[in-house]
Order: sequence, then C-alpha cells, then structure tokens
Amino acid sequence: MTSDVLTPTSVRAPRVRSWAWLGLAPFAVYIALFLALPTVLAISTGFVDGDGGFTWANITALADPVIVTAFVNTTWLSLLTAAIGAAIGALVCYAALGLPPTGVVRSTLDAATGVLAQFGGVMLAFVFIATLGVQGVVTVLLRDGLGIDIQPGAWLYSLPGLILPYVYFQVPLMVITFLPALSALKPQWTEANLVLGGTRASFWLRVGLPVLAPSFLASFLLLFANAFSSYATAAALASQGSQIVPLQIRAALTSETVLGRENLAGALALGMIVVVGIVMWLDAAIRSRAARWQS
Amino acid sequence: MSAALATDAAASAVAAPRKPARGLEPARGTRWAIGLTVGILFAIPLVATLLYTFRDPLTGGLSAANWVRVFDPGNTQVLTPIWTGLGNSLVLAVVTVAIVLVVLLPTMILIELRYPRLGSAFEFVALLPISIPAIVLVVGLAPIYLQIGRALGTGAWTLAFAYGITVLPFAYRSIRASIGAVDLKTLAEAARSLGASWIEVIVHVLVPNLRQGLLAASLISVAVVLGEFTIASLLNRQVLQTALVVANKIDPYASAIFTLLSLLFVFLLLLAISRAARSRTGRTPS
Repeated sequence: MTSDVLTPTSVRAPRVRSWAWLGLAPFAVYIALFLALPTVLAISTGFVDGDGGFTWANITALADPVIVTAFVNTTWLSLLTAAIGAAIGALVCYAALGLPPTGVVRSTLDAATGVLAQFGGVMLAFVFIATLGVQGVVTVLLRDGLGIDIQPGAWLYSLPGLILPYVYFQVPLMVITFLPALSALKPQWTEANLVLGGTRASFWLRVGLPVLAPSFLASFLLLFANAFSSYATAAALASQGSQIVPLQIRAALTSETVLGRENLAGALALGMIVVVGIVMWLDAAIRSRAARWQS
Repeated sequence: MSAALATDAAASAVAAPRKPARGLEPARGTRWAIGLTVGILFAIPLVATLLYTFRDPLTGGLSAANWVRVFDPGNTQVLTPIWTGLGNSLVLAVVTVAIVLVVLLPTMILIELRYPRLGSAFEFVALLPISIPAIVLVVGLAPIYLQIGRALGTGAWTLAFAYGITVLPFAYRSIRASIGAVDLKTLAEAARSLGASWIEVIVHVLVPNLRQGLLAASLISVAVVLGEFTIASLLNRQVLQTALVVANKIDPYASAIFTLLSLLFVFLLLLAISRAARSRTGRTPS
C-alpha cells in the first residue's frame, strides 16, 4: 500500500483504508446478541400482551399490592443488609490497612472475601441451613445445651431469615470495594497533619473521613444494588411464597400467570432495572467525584 | 449475585504494587480485636456446617457416616445429579474461558493498539453486566435460548454464551490491569519491525506478556461459572449449583458436604490468583 511507503511506522499511523475495524465485529455481534438483545427483550416483553399486542396492563400491575409489597420488602432488606455490611466491612478494611500486600494474611483475606461475596449464592443458603436451620448445629446446641429455641416458627426460611445470609456476603463485598479507597489515603496527609500539630483522631475527623465519605457512600450503593438483584440465596432458602422481587420474577417466569397476567416478568424486570440502574448511576457519579482525591 | 467487583483486589494487585499507607495503620491491638471478632463470627457458619456433616444421622453424635454414605458409589440418587452437574459446569467453564480468550482478548488488544479512543466506551460496555441483574437478563434470555435450543440443541454448553456476559466485567478488569502494566504498542511495533506477522505478534509477544492477567481472568471465569445458579436454574439446565439444590432435597448432609468442598475449591482458586499476582509485583517492573 502507498501509505506504507509514505509512513514507515505503519503500525502506529492510521492507514488510509484499514480493515482493522472488522476485528471489532465478533465482540460487537456477541454483545448485541447476548447482552443488548436480552436486556431489550426483558424490558419490552413487559409491554406486550398474550397475543403480541401493545399493552400497559403489565406495567399497571406493578401497582398491585402483592408486587408493591415485594418491592418494599426487597428495598428494606437491601438497605438494612447494605448498612450492616458497609459498617462492618469498613471496620475490617481499617483493620487490614497497612497489611503487607504480599503477605499471607492479605492473600487469604482477598481469596476469602472473593469466595463469600461472589461465588456462593446457593451454597451460603445451605451453610446457614446447616448452622441455624431447624436441625442446624447452633440451633441444636442452644436448644439442648441452654434450652433456648432460636428457630421458633422456622424464621430462617422466611423473609427475616435472609438478613444474616445477605450480611454474610455483603461484608466481604464491602471489603473488596472499599479497601482500595482506604489504601489510597496518602501517607503525606498524615505527615502534614502531624507537622501541623494534629493528632491521630483529628486526622481521621478532619481529613480521613471527609475524603473517604464519597467512596463509602458509593460502596454502600453498590451493596444495595447487589442485595436488590440477588436471587440464588433467596431461591435456595425461602421455602414458600415470593417475598422479594427476584422471587416474584421466578414465579412469573415459571407459572406464566401471576395475578392473572402474562409477561409480568418483563414488567418486574423493568422495575428492577430502573431501581438498580438509578443506584448504579449514582454510584458512578459519586465514584468519579471521589476519584479526584485518588490520582 | 451480579455486582461484579471481586476482581478489584486481584486486579489492583496485578496493576501496581501499592505501598502500605504508613502512619494510617491501626494500633496492633485494634487490628487484632477487629480481625479476630469478625473472623470468628464469619467462621461460625462454616465450622458449624463442617460439624453438621459429621453429625451421625441416627445417634446425633460425631461420626464420618455421612461422608461414607455420600461417597458410596452405590449412592447414585445423590451422586448422579452432582457428577452430571459438575461435568456440565466444567464444560461450561472451558467454553466460557474460550470465549474470553478468543472474543474478548483480541478485541481488547485491537482497541489498545488501534482504537485507543474507543477505550472508555468499551470499558462502559464491558462493565455494564454489573448493572444488569442476572435475574433480569434471564427474562430476555429465555426466548433467545428457545431459538438456540432449536438450532444447537439443549446441551448445557450453550449456556456459555450467557456466562461469557456474566464473567465479562471480571475478565475485563483482570486483563485490563495486565495491559495497563505493559506497553503493548512498543512491543507490537518492535515485533512488527523485526518482521513478525500480526498472528505471531499476538501469540508469541503480546499473550506471553499478558499471561498473569489472562490467568487471573481465566481462573475467575471458572469460579464464576462454577457458582452460577440464577441463569441455569431458570433456563432448566443441570449445572453444579442446580444439582446441589436437587441433592439438598434428597439428603441435606450431601449438599452440605459438596457445599464445603466447592467453597474450599473456589477459595484455593482465588488464593492462587492472589498469590500469582503478588509474586509478579514482587519483581522489579520491567
């Protein structure tokens, strides 16, 4: 090609006519088919009735008391477990601050938080059944040893039973997302604080906490979104009813006629994506603000 | 679970060795107090589950009866679904890793070398699956898999197309951290000027330089695939996690045993990623 002759460093110089963009095609097609299309389908089926015509009926069904209750349940469960997870997780991050990054403790912490935060949905449910279930080890221990029944009415299998397993994966997620922000605090700031006559407490009060506040809030939002969209633990644990939105989607998908409506799953998916989308957008906005302290 | 940030720790470890923030560390006693309290609280359910698997179903005392019964080759009622699910999950892990290496990796290299301006848009797309819950995705995947079932059959391996999306943010972060630590452009130019073809550049020059990130991306993809439940169960495919639910209905001790083994396996997998990343950052950066 003539452009090669004109510009010897042809690797860097954009060619006049390049087919390199074709190399982007496989990924683009893959994303279109398995990310964009399912998302559009999930949302759009909410607007389609049984015969394929347009309808608002599924969307208005979101105002049904059963669905509203599910959204309210999911929201408070997510808020509560995100708050507990963020608080305990931040404490663990503080305790892990300054650990040698190549050390065994740090590696173990990374691996343990990774397992519990991401890869155990169903398995965490079984762990809690074996621990706090009606025949669980701790339940039996307290009942036979101290005469305390911690499972009256088998609450582990109902909505409040989700709190502990959710906290069990929220805390590790907080450690994963918040530790980088905490580690990015600049040592020079403590030195400056000391030189100016500040104390350890005044550093955290005047510098550390204000700088970390946006990252903390962003991590809290991420935890909220994580709990809100979590399905596996609840599916394996909740024995009856569909108290949270992901379980309502399961009911809508498997029985097809919840509240006598078809395609309700699409409307529920739309509701979820609106909530999670707003939360994740806030998260990104706060994170980009937080980033100015971490360059 | 959809929020996909577990790779952050591994990714940042690959990217650059970060000095511990001196002067900020908690006092030794504080660190131990927090670490031990939270550590013990989090160990209770796992230890309890281990004790649960050793509870004798008849006497209530300690015995290995459950382990013996569950792994008795004659116990096909439990073992058949578990082995089937595990086999399917392993096939899915291999196909998903192949998607990451064949579809994602070349695209990332191409963008780094030729279209750096697309970088931030590409990152947005790659991290998008974090914001789209699997339970939402599955609503739209159901009609798509109806068509795939007609064209390619209902084999479990087809789920890998969906899993490629699930692992995308994890794999992207791991590979991205590696790309950020290596000057791909100079390497590629050097190899090209020495007469290497583009295929040779990628296979013999770029991939070896990115191997840590590729290893991390592959191991994390394996871990995600082994733990995935939402999509598989709602599309009626038999994988490890759905098999655990089946086993739990037949024999709760069996599901507890396989849960512990799976958690341990994934823990070791992630520990390997973490150690591999650390050992590289220990060297002087080239």
